[in-house]
Amino acid sequence: MDAKKAPVEDWTTDFDHTHPDYAANAHQIWDDLREECPIAHSDRFGGMWMPTRHEDIAAIAANKDGLYTSRGVVVSEVRPDIPAPIGYAPPITSDPPFHAPARKLLLGPFAPRKVQALEPFTREYCHSLVDAALETSNEQGWFDAAIGYSQNIPVKVIAQMLGLPAEDGPVFRRFIHNIIENPVQREIPEEETVEWYFDQQIAKRKANPKPPGEGDLIDHLLNVEIFGEALAPEHVRGTVVLLLVAGIDTTWSSIGSAIWHLAQHPNDLARFRDDPEVRPFAVEEFLRAYAPVTMARMVAEDHELQGCPMKKDDWLLLPFPAGNRDPEAFEDADKFVIDRQKNRHGAFGLGIHRCLGSNLARMELSVALDVFVDRIRDFSLVDPANVRFSTGQIRGPRELPVSVKTNV
Amino acid sequence: MKINYNRELCQGHNRCYMLAPEIFDVDDEGYAVLKIEGEIPAELHDKAQLCVDNCPEYAIEIAE
Ligand code: HEM
Ligand code: SF4
Repeated sequence: MDAKKAPVEDWTTDFDHTHPDYAANAHQIWDDLREECPIAHSDRFGGMWMPTRHEDIAAIAANKDGLYTSRGVVVSEVRPDIPAPIGYAPPITSDPPFHAPARKLLLGPFAPRKVQALEPFTREYCHSLVDAALETSNEQGWFDAAIGYSQNIPVKVIAQMLGLPAEDGPVFRRFIHNIIENPVQREIPEEETVEWYFDQQIAKRKANPKPPGEGDLIDHLLNVEIFGEALAPEHVRGTVVLLLVAGIDTTWSSIGSAIWHLAQHPNDLARFRDDPEVRPFAVEEFLRAYAPVTMARMVAEDHELQGCPMKKDDWLLLPFPAGNRDPEAFEDADKFVIDRQKNRHGAFGLGIHRCLGSNLARMELSVALDVFVDRIRDFSLVDPANVRFSTGQIRGPRELPVSVKTNV
Repeated sequence: MKINYNRELCQGHNRCYMLAPEIFDVDDEGYAVLKIEGEIPAELHDKAQLCVDNCPEYAIEIAE
């Protein structure tokens, strides 16, 4: 078990994004901070800052003067020691000038047309999950839409892209827990580490190399070059870990939050179900209103930001979800407007690190909601008190019991 | 109505391509490609405005 967190008395000077109170009240906390103290501070995790205004978040992400580094993107007690500009998991932990070429290697496989090809596979899988969920629901009167539905979809899709067995889903979720949900120093046997897992997978492919353009994404990384040379082994491994970890509980959270919203708002559910034209707008509004991902930066050199003394190696959280709810940037920012016409949300980040998987994530979210709503049609929460949201930088329901209504 | 599209600012969010495939295409790396360099036909004016209003990077503008 993880140590119990000290209570937070004052969110402006002692915030803690890993505290259960934050998970429970994040929207209110961001709104209060934006009004009272738009760049909050905390001594926890060795010192960290958190802006909540869209403008500040966008400016820090743009990083025009190079004052911030992506060397660390997940806040932990220990500062990551793999130096910029490459970092542990390129391109997310990379800074310019290494970032752009490392990112370019992956743009092709994640471009819209490539991702579109995975849609039928995803749709079919979602149907099979609904079949199982309905069976469970018939037996016990409810099912868990997080455990039985949303959490499985991104695992299946990324396993397919990386050429990994989908049965390893529970193993992947453990890696994710250790890397982003609860990144503390822990002693684990070597064979249980994510590094060991992928070294095996990489060795297997190296023993049986595929011609360029064939094979899975790991083969792709073994075939491409950066600055005229094959990628360093740590680069391949770091990127593969990133691709596994970045796409799972983010997308899972996003699908789950959308179902959570629809389960509580019958009018939005009816509109989504009956009006295909509104669906693409609704998907972007789910992404805006329930953006799951807060990224971090580290301060690269001492400077002052709006009077706040930023010290080298301080953490700095970039809560894109808070920016998405800033009334300065969005009309009726606190309301869910299913057909919002002006929606420059930053759920996938802003600037050079824009989520590489955004086309994939959007496809998964759209297909998952299509299938869920078209098949199940009407549903509600068993009990709002039974829903459990994650803590930390990725926000979404981890337990989501819903009951199916059969009148529609 | 014409559209100014700034490739330097584009980060490939692909919101424009999703909203108005008549106006924007997407290249093999996921960056937007403006299909209509000249006058935007009247029936696409609303869609052009949607592209402007949904680009997170402010890479699209209307030039009257
Ligand atoms: C709804 C689901 C998702 C959300 C909200 C999301 C959000 C984000 C955000 C906010 C960033 C910016 C990081 C930063 O500024 O430091 C990011 C980066 C990234 N995401 Fe996602 N993500 C999602 C799904 C995915 C999926 C499915 C993948 C595919 C494997 C993926 C892969 C990546 C990668 C590789 C980066 C790093 C890009 C770079 O540094 O250039 N994400 N994501
Ligand atoms: S919406 Fe903006 S950033 Fe996204 S592809 Fe279009 S122009 Fe580029």
